[in-house]
Amino acid sequence: MAGADSDDSLYPIAVLIDELRNEDVQLRLNSIKKLSTIALALGVERTRTELLPFLTDTIYDEDEVLLALAEQLGNFTMLVGGPEYVHCLLPPLESLATVEETVVRDKAVESLRKISHEHSPVDLEVHFEPLVKRLASGDWFTSRTSACGLFSVCYPRVSSTVKAEIRQHFRTLCSDDTPMVRRAAASKLGEFAKVLELEYVKSDIISLFTALASDEQDSVRLLAVEAGVSIATLLPQEDLEALVMPTLRQAAEDKSWRVRYMVADKFSDLQKAVGPEITKNDLVPAFQNLLKDCEAEVRAAAANKVKEFCENLPEDSRETIIMTHILPCVKELVSDTNQHVKSALASVIMGLSTILGKDNTIEHLLPLFLAQLKDECPEVRLNIISNLDCVNEVIGIRQLSQSLLPAIVELAEDAKWRVRLAIIEYMPLLAGQLGVEFFDEKLNSLCMAWLVDHVYAIREAATCNLMKLVEKFGAEWAQNTIVPKVLGMANDPNYLHRMTTLFCINALSEVCGQEITTKHMLPVVFKMSNDQVANVRFNVAKSLQKIGPVLDSNCLQTEVKPVLEKLASDQDMDVKYFAQEAITIVFCSE
Amino acid sequence: ERYKIDFLVYIKALLCSVAADIISTVEFNSTGELLATGDKGGRVVVFQREQESKNQPHRRGEYNVYSTFQSHEPEFDYLKSLEIEEKINKIRWLPQQNAAYFLLSTNDKTVKLWKISERDKRPEGYNLKDEDGRIRDPTTITALQVPVLRPMDLMVEATPRRVFSNAHTYHINSISVNSDYETFMSTDDLRINLWNLEITNRSFNIVDIKPVNMEELTEVITAAEFHPHQCNTFVYSSSKGSIRLCDMRASALCDNHSKFFEEPEDPSNRSFFSEIISSISDVKFSHSGRYLMTRDYLTVKVWDLNMESKPLETYQVHDYLRSKLCSLYENDCIFDKFECVWNGSDSVIMTGSYNNFFRMFDRNTKRDVTLEASRENSKPRAILKPRKVCVGGKRRKDEISVDSLDFSKKILHTAWHPSENIIAVAATNNLYIFQDKVN
Repeated sequence: MAGADSDDSLYPIAVLIDELRNEDVQLRLNSIKKLSTIALALGVERTRTELLPFLTDTIYDEDEVLLALAEQLGNFTMLVGGPEYVHCLLPPLESLATVEETVVRDKAVESLRKISHEHSPVDLEVHFEPLVKRLASGDWFTSRTSACGLFSVCYPRVSSTVKAEIRQHFRTLCSDDTPMVRRAAASKLGEFAKVLELEYVKSDIISLFTALASDEQDSVRLLAVEAGVSIATLLPQEDLEALVMPTLRQAAEDKSWRVRYMVADKFSDLQKAVGPEITKNDLVPAFQNLLKDCEAEVRAAAANKVKEFCENLPEDSRETIIMTHILPCVKELVSDTNQHVKSALASVIMGLSTILGKDNTIEHLLPLFLAQLKDECPEVRLNIISNLDCVNEVIGIRQLSQSLLPAIVELAEDAKWRVRLAIIEYMPLLAGQLGVEFFDEKLNSLCMAWLVDHVYAIREAATCNLMKLVEKFGAEWAQNTIVPKVLGMANDPNYLHRMTTLFCINALSEVCGQEITTKHMLPVVFKMSNDQVANVRFNVAKSLQKIGPVLDSNCLQTEVKPVLEKLASDQDMDVKYFAQEAITIVFCSE
Repeated sequence: ERYKIDFLVYIKALLCSVAADIISTVEFNSTGELLATGDKGGRVVVFQREQESKNQPHRRGEYNVYSTFQSHEPEFDYLKSLEIEEKINKIRWLPQQNAAYFLLSTNDKTVKLWKISERDKRPEGYNLKDEDGRIRDPTTITALQVPVLRPMDLMVEATPRRVFSNAHTYHINSISVNSDYETFMSTDDLRINLWNLEITNRSFNIVDIKPVNMEELTEVITAAEFHPHQCNTFVYSSSKGSIRLCDMRASALCDNHSKFFEEPEDPSNRSFFSEIISSISDVKFSHSGRYLMTRDYLTVKVWDLNMESKPLETYQVHDYLRSKLCSLYENDCIFDKFECVWNGSDSVIMTGSYNNFFRMFDRNTKRDVTLEASRENSKPRAILKPRKVCVGGKRRKDEISVDSLDFSKKILHTAWHPSENIIAVAATNNLYIFQDKVN
């Protein structure tokens, strides 16, 4: 391909190659993203001998360019001549694996892991494994952290002597001087354990795990927790107690709240890994302690896991454990001093009702739900309301509706607009569960009040909410309850409210259908085309464009077109613009 | 090996460098190969130590400019109608992670992470133009050319890597990198925030002493530092002369300290200025992590972490100023924030004074010395002479009277090489580097 006389196809490639070193980052990035095109044009030989050496030294570039390069090289095997030559990709990836930017390094490691599978067993020992060793014994911690992620991919495919070396290297990195490398080793410990023979898991990995879990750095110890979970899944049940549990128990009581937080955060995985017996004997008391932890962050993390933990308890003793051990702690959390803890609990507590059944829910959980519905923190109330569906299935929402209403009303009128916004989003769900009667009686007026909120985001959400309600309750309901009120606002002295009418029409026309739109909405829109405020007029144009598809063609031609044409000759520039745009889209698109 | 007392006397000048503006911070990196200074104009100047060369063995130890860059620019906060000065308040080096060097620099509001790296190759060879930049006729291109990297003159580049902003309402007085090499903290008058070095859009507040009602404010945070080895421990000092040690393991918010260091006030010494001069201007952990050093207006104190009731050692920096506090108050000098540093083995401490004097105290022999950083006194390889300030009427030869001290020449910022007897002293816009006399 290369070398053809004055080949036109060379020109775009030449541009790409030149732009590899353009001053503009965006152009360099574009070129790097089309690296495969360049390589294809150069052919495998020149890619290996010229392009790759150049790229190996291009480590001074911006992170985003390096990131793209690291990613490209992971898919480059065929472009350098197939698996036989895949090792040519190692030098550039090796230098990328030592840069200071974590995302670039991680991507380089990811690509190295990918191409490791394309190495033949011989190449793996001749080329890949030496690279891992070089990185593992590099001067800078960046290269050593990168090495941690490569052991597990080459270990299964090398001879037993090399395996022994790899284990040794991993051991060394686990006791590295710098916390960064120990952190990298701790985070890859579980993955490495998975590819090791069971005897080495028991001999090597356990001692490394124990050492990392008692590291002086909090940040290392907390990563060991996750490794502990992975290791636990690998060991036979009878070894767990002796090899892993002492360390995990210690982690659950660590002096540092960050480590305990990690235990709480990984609790469900841990529970699955150790099985029902250890769960009953060890994890239940540990979980109780975490729910009562002195640090709020830990309690919140544990509270988040309450439902999952209860769900995964062994069936034979589930109810007893929940009722005697977990529920008392949960009751305390309902009146916790920290609002994050309460809101974490509120986001899962409703889920307990399906596990405990109707009677227990009414007797024990309902008082808690009601207490949380009256909580001073809006987020707690919102989380309860957003999860109402789980309770609805078990005891029906009527049990709650008495307390629900004041809670909803209060949230609907909260001083913070983000809170109001959040409750609006749950309205369709609530409406569906409470039924149309209850809704009309109690909630409809709230939904209409939001339409005239002084915050635009609320008005916008309120129009969208109306659309969803109509989807639920049907067009006839809309015609009787919503449409008259919406159209009434067209006469409001405040032009923002008049515009809300238009926005509502935009949202409602499709769900309400042609008849209601033509009969009731369209006349109002037409009337508003004479509004004195230009913003209203150009929104009329936008509305007509929007509801055009709902109307029949006769109406479009005879009624809509004249109005739009009139607006197109409006004295206001914007009105003209949007009217012309509407005409183009409604009448010329076919 | 203990430092000989000789060091306190016989030191020679290695470098006197004039900065463009008043130097506001000085800091060696962890190996001592590099020294960074920040100035009032927002610039950072990095000096590199001359490598050992066979031809000129005596040149070892000299520091030359390695890189200069503009770290911060003056800004304007439109919401609060406040000017934000570009002055660099603190510089902290990060542990070295690859061939490049990294440092954090901060002004009143924004912390920045800078990378200082070398480049010695550049790409050559274009397809569409020749090396002089002349565009080639596209039709003449018959083969593709891949650029090649060729050696070039060494170029040192400083690039901003991260900007940690919008987290401080008050002025940042300290930054400190944690021994986990993953986090650092930034401290302003009322709050301390914890950052991850890789995350710029989120920080955690770990100390907040702002009272609900600002009229109840009686105390501000003046400095803070992480323990050199224990990742969970940090201290912060206050304008009331106390130091609080906090344990981050105990809870996410460290409003409750685990240790409280304070010396009971001597009622006989009480005066209008007591509170002002007891305000701590700097706090530093010893390299061993066992001791704390604090600087207040007149003294440097060394505290044992295991004894909260009183300092282990107290050194008078310029006690002769006690009688002049009134005029020092009037010219605002009493609010000067002097810093203090340890030597590599924690046996000697150094801090600044007025009249371009700086003080060193040998903790083992209890001897101390006053030296002067000035252009006349520090000709290359000249040996510094100890200075003496006389208080009484009779002034001996070589002594200087308290009344003739120049209070506009103050040494606020100093730094000590992490393992050798090399010190850097910033005297307004002059940087002096001194080394002990080797032979």
